[in-house]
Amino acid sequence: MGSSQTEQQTIAALVDQYRDLPGGLLPLLHAVQAEIGHVPDSAVMTIAKGLNLSRAEVHGVISFYHDFKTQPVGRNRVQICRAEACQSMGSRHLESYAKQRLGIDYHQTTDDGNISLEPVYCLGNCACSPSVRVNDDVFARVDQDRFDQLIADLGGE
Amino acid sequence: MRFFIPQDTSALACGAEAVAQALLDANIEPVRNGSRGMFWLEPLLEVETAQGRIGFGPVSDKDVATILKALESDASSHDLYLGAVDEIEYLASQQRLTYTRAGLGDPLCLENYQALDGFNGLKRALTMSPQQIVDEIKNSGLRGRGGAAFPAGIKWQTVLDAGATDSQKYIVCNADEGDSGTFADRLLMESDPYQLIEGMVIAGLAVGATQGYIYLRSEYPVAHRLLNTAIEKAMEANFLGDNIGQSGKSFYLEVRLGAGAYICGEETSLLESLEGKRGMVRAKPPLPAIEGLFGQPTVVNNVLTLAAVSTILAQGAKTYQDFGMGRSRGTLAIQLAGNIKRGGLIELAFGVTLREVVENYGQGTYSGRPIRAIQVGGPLGAFLPESQWDTPLDYEAFAAIKAMIGHGGIVVFDDSADMAAQARFSMEFCVEESCGKCTPCRIGSVRGVEVIDRIVANEDRDNNMILLHDLCDTMEQGSLCAMGGMTPFPVRSALTHFAQDFTGAGKGDN
Repeated sequence: MGSSQTEQQTIAALVDQYRDLPGGLLPLLHAVQAEIGHVPDSAVMTIAKGLNLSRAEVHGVISFYHDFKTQPVGRNRVQICRAEACQSMGSRHLESYAKQRLGIDYHQTTDDGNISLEPVYCLGNCACSPSVRVNDDVFARVDQDRFDQLIADLGGE
Repeated sequence: MRFFIPQDTSALACGAEAVAQALLDANIEPVRNGSRGMFWLEPLLEVETAQGRIGFGPVSDKDVATILKALESDASSHDLYLGAVDEIEYLASQQRLTYTRAGLGDPLCLENYQALDGFNGLKRALTMSPQQIVDEIKNSGLRGRGGAAFPAGIKWQTVLDAGATDSQKYIVCNADEGDSGTFADRLLMESDPYQLIEGMVIAGLAVGATQGYIYLRSEYPVAHRLLNTAIEKAMEANFLGDNIGQSGKSFYLEVRLGAGAYICGEETSLLESLEGKRGMVRAKPPLPAIEGLFGQPTVVNNVLTLAAVSTILAQGAKTYQDFGMGRSRGTLAIQLAGNIKRGGLIELAFGVTLREVVENYGQGTYSGRPIRAIQVGGPLGAFLPESQWDTPLDYEAFAAIKAMIGHGGIVVFDDSADMAAQARFSMEFCVEESCGKCTPCRIGSVRGVEVIDRIVANEDRDNNMILLHDLCDTMEQGSLCAMGGMTPFPVRSALTHFAQDFTGAGKGDN
């Protein structure tokens, strides 16, 4: 109960901060997600009211963009690049290895809540493929051993 | 002796941070420069010595001690010694107009930027009338580097002439570099952000816009941090903001982050996103130049287009125009990527052939196997078989073979590539990233995946082949933008040139 109240206060404060920014909905959603980890359903009403939009409009924006999550995600985000340059260097193998290693599919989180696995389409590191992003760090030439090491560095389990 | 180790994303991805830490542990504070774009050598450690700037690469933290030791006696004795960095053939043979400063120093150092001719273009632009600036861009022959290759000067003229004299106009930089195999925008923003800022201010002066936005993809956190700091510093030094350099002209700039939607690289979708909406493509007309951001006249240009503006204004239209071939003037930022031995950024005048780039610069595949296909221009670009590798990199020459240069990304595949799987992926990517506004793209891509699956499974093969071509026709002719309109390019090229992969026998295991 307490946490959801704080959550609402956080959202309300962010809405105040962004309401006058032209085209401020995306920056606001990024800010909410940075604070809370996802954009909870309960935020939609507050945001709609604050920005003078309909709930449908806010929901429509949240659901359009891959970045915005409506459910809690893992403490760490691991993204595997699925784009062509990485495919040419064997990312399809890496993808299936990663899923099997973590025991989850894309858009899922490990049972201990430590890691969420996501696909990404290009990290701009295409001369040193395959690429993986862990939170805000990109890693080059990731093979199975390197992937294991990255996962081990995240602890958990 | 000064040491340089890049803070560029690819360098960091290859371990540059650990190298920097190893230097710090040895009581050496390295300059965190940008990358030179030779990613096959990253992390590239550079050392300024009495004999000039020499390099070692690719370096890991474990090499630092031996390099420091070698520097005390004979640097060239070290296994990773590369000699003078400027003389490395890969770099020395390029024709750099845009990336002249890339990797030379701290990308955020304003003094460094100015010492290397930075802001000379802006200073000249401040002495010119808006029409004179627009004419300069027209005369340079600069075409949009995002992919569509529309003449930049004509776009600017439209914005200059649009609206009432006091209407709010905007400069929007498209930094949503989503094409696989491309990193030129990222490299520019991370190694020389002031050049982009300078180009945007000049664009603002040219068309009478006082507000600019850089729409940056969220996949580029390093560029985000660097751009924000660069904007702050440029504001403090009065290269941005009110009354720039006491000229009476103002220009404000803000970075806005995308949210992981490929389609927002399409300019009208980008504008919707900047307005805080779903990134749905707009029908044209009206052109963004007339009714763009918030309904106002807007220049939307790619990072490299705006960066080139600084060079053109500094060195004159003629210098720029002297590079290139036919109607493709100036230089192209070629990005060599995928399964390639020596990947990186290669800036050359238009006209070099694909084969020269891949063989001379790339030196073949990373895997050491023969090259099978090359995809040029991102996920909407055709797969080219060897018979087409002698095509010169020129917008018109590529259009003539039903391919495109796009943003200049080149992705190399070796002979283990399964081209039917790649064709399927092209459709799959369109399913994932279509904005959903028009039916050919939204539904056509879903059907495309299904039909390719049936062909590969040998189900009613001939009829499904006809169906796939028919579907491609519909997507090409009926889609609102290039997403649906060009997804058939890679699909058809795979069907035409790599037909054997579609027989269901299975090819490779990539």
